[in-house]
Amino acid sequence: MMAATVLAIIVQRNLFSVVVLAGVYSFLMATVLVALDAVDVAMTEASVGAGISTVLLLGALYLCGGEEAKPLSRPWLPLVVTLVIVAALVYGTLGLPAFSDPQAPIHTHVVPRYLTQALAETGVPNVVTAVLASYRGYDTLGETVVVFTAGIGVIALLRRRRRGKEDGK
Amino acid sequence: MEAFASHYSYFVTVLLMAAGLYIMIARGNLVKKLIGLSIFQTSVYLLYIAPGKLIGGTAPIVSQAYQVYSNPLPHVLILTAIVVGIATLALGLAIVVRIREAYGSIEEDEIIAADVGHGDRE
Repeated sequence: MMAATVLAIIVQRNLFSVVVLAGVYSFLMATVLVALDAVDVAMTEASVGAGISTVLLLGALYLCGGEEAKPLSRPWLPLVVTLVIVAALVYGTLGLPAFSDPQAPIHTHVVPRYLTQALAETGVPNVVTAVLASYRGYDTLGETVVVFTAGIGVIALLRRRRRGKEDGK
Repeated sequence: MEAFASHYSYFVTVLLMAAGLYIMIARGNLVKKLIGLSIFQTSVYLLYIAPGKLIGGTAPIVSQAYQVYSNPLPHVLILTAIVVGIATLALGLAIVVRIREAYGSIEEDEIIAADVGHGDRE
């Protein structure tokens, strides 16, 4: 179903339906994340990916118009490039640990400590929250700085546009 | 065949990544390119989250009833990545709106053509 949605996004040229399909895609991704036990991430993906980004894209479409022009005349070069990269990556993934292997390095490094000590050290039963806000608090601070910078950037870009319009009158 | 079953999640990730990459390279429309970028991003989410899953495990919320949890660290990293991704998308869309103001188009080839024509006149 996800593959069908992605194919439809590639083929579809009306940008409005592409945006709606992107929202559908985000919800499907959130479902997959729930199946992978990542409930916090699924929640964020459903609200941010399917909610906020759809609103942003619709706003941009309102300002830019919604039809895509014809596809480029020669789609073969990008297709070949993509297929070569796919082949290389599939070859690379064969060296990675198998799905759900408890001995994989990802499960043996810091994580056992988080899972056993987090409740005692931070008092938060949800380990994701404990790591996000406590162990990796500086990461989250940096993330906030990134979002703040992006907000400033958007305001600066769109305000200049409004002022330019007033000058034009 | 055994490798296919145990590495299936990676193959899904690679295919989603390929779709996003293809949209970004092959499509000229800037909004479509940004959607391709977000698909590429979601493939990275899968790349991080899928190895953290343990079959028979549960979400990493500590409780007496469960012993096996999925790995919380990739979840934290991807939460950050989602929020940063939406910031990137917002900034990209603002730039697209500005480009539309300046060139009257959001198609890559028309923008390049406008640039070339402008260079000839000068």
